Amino acid sequence: MVLSKNLLLLLIIFIFIGLQSGCRPKQGESQNKIMVAGSTSIQPIAEKLAEHYTKQKPNQKIEVQGGGSSAGIQAAKSGAADIGTSSRELKAGEKDLYPTVIAYDAIILIVHPSNPLSNITLQEIRDIFSRKITHWHTLGHGLPQRRITMITREEGSGTRGAFEELVMHKAEISDWCLVQDSTGAVREIVASDPHAIGYISFGALNSQVKPLAIEGTAPTMANMMQDDLEKRYKLIRPFLFVTQAKPTGMALEFIQYIHSSQGANILQQEGLIPTHD
Amino acid sequence: MIEQEKWIKFILMLIACSAISALALITFFIFWEGLPVIWKIGLWDFISGLKWAPTKGKFGILPMIVGSFEVTFGAMILGVPLALLCAIYLAEFASPRTRNILKPAIEVLAGIPSVVYGFIGMMVIVPFLRNTFGGSGFSVAGCSIVLGIMILPTITSISFDALMAIPRTYREGSLALGATPWQTVKMVVLPAAKSGIVAAVILGMGRAIGETMAVIMIAGNSLIIPLTPFDPVRTLTSNIALEMGYATGDHRQALFATGIILFVVIMCLNSLANWIANKAVAK
Repeated sequence: MVLSKNLLLLLIIFIFIGLQSGCRPKQGESQNKIMVAGSTSIQPIAEKLAEHYTKQKPNQKIEVQGGGSSAGIQAAKSGAADIGTSSRELKAGEKDLYPTVIAYDAIILIVHPSNPLSNITLQEIRDIFSRKITHWHTLGHGLPQRRITMITREEGSGTRGAFEELVMHKAEISDWCLVQDSTGAVREIVASDPHAIGYISFGALNSQVKPLAIEGTAPTMANMMQDDLEKRYKLIRPFLFVTQAKPTGMALEFIQYIHSSQGANILQQEGLIPTHD
Repeated sequence: MIEQEKWIKFILMLIACSAISALALITFFIFWEGLPVIWKIGLWDFISGLKWAPTKGKFGILPMIVGSFEVTFGAMILGVPLALLCAIYLAEFASPRTRNILKPAIEVLAGIPSVVYGFIGMMVIVPFLRNTFGGSGFSVAGCSIVLGIMILPTITSISFDALMAIPRTYREGSLALGATPWQTVKMVVLPAAKSGIVAAVILGMGRAIGETMAVIMIAGNSLIIPLTPFDPVRTLTSNIALEMGYATGDHRQALFATGIILFVVIMCLNSLANWIANKAVAK
């Protein structure tokens, strides 16, 4: 009984993986259909953009899939997807692909609404997540004498990748951090634990949690679109559409749509920062 | 007629084989995917490594092996006495009417989806532990409490069957010699049903070690080796489920390799349970 239950679980995992890796349609199957696959942070917004886009052009179809940034870049490379999506910059071995920035996302540090802290420096965040600072009162500000509960994302997550790149640099995220596998779960824990700190995408921010200003800059849309680099909110990452070569045909049309004012509106509604051009 | 019988026999055999071939397929697949990375890292380094950072090429799952066993051990401490006393009450002391109400009620516990256990754990037990003992509340203790409840029905119903299988003459003999009902249970019935009870406990253990969803929601999933019951923990199962979504390359294979270790542990537990149960029958 116990054995068969566990086996069933494994079987389901395998079938799922099999479906993900085995069933992608071949490229160029139909010129009216493109496949967009990759980052799960980009997936919801890509779906929304695709929905609005295909409403205008009913004869075209856009299929959006998740899988993660690395898988998306891999899919673009192999041709399994027409557009691979990535929520991190391309690495050295991936430079042969053509990236297009479709929007910027901001990473927001969040705490419980009852936490008196409102501003934090990058160095402090680094020290908290690498466990050099373990108690809130070390940060001064008349904070509680309680242990800090740090919440991070799992290995492989695009948000975690961006956090490591933008904040941690060479420092390592401590093994003591709680690990959750979705933005929602991080937010829920921070909302219920008065001594927790976590990081999420700007788009996922809601009133249950309190966002922190970083180096004095509050995470607002105005501060993120700020032209002056000094005043601009620091923790911003690009959302990339990755193609094998300079985009053409339907992929290009879709990207042009996202860069249009209509596209920018949708991006802003979802809490993303449109590109400037 | 005979011809037809042959065909039916053949078809039934095919169906039986398909069930077993699923097992063979799973075993083959999990080893095929996971072994290369174990080969690359070395089995010993894989199971004794302290650092798990798959995107940086560090694959050590000792914290998770320890975590899995700690959580399971905690669940056993909480669940086994409770389940055993339940079974004893049901088999030895309850009237047939109470038994008919209580036994199905306990078995309903087995039908509750594990995500519901996880949710209740996250909403009730975690905040309780946080407010009472400090820390985050996501901990070995929280998992053990929830798993202890989850294994109740398994252990209770199998031990109940074991107790019911003891012939009435044993009890009558004991009572006739002047032993009280409790003395009878303690000194005659329990020792006689020992193998069945041990098998029940091992099956409960298998259930606890293999549970994923509820654990992922309550454990906190940190990568440390928990030293107190209130430290967060990551188990083998939650490691696989947590990271499977984004994993590629060696990382993905290392998750399959984690599955191999889990597979072997659970296989051993089940074989042990079968062996003990068979010994009981042989006796």
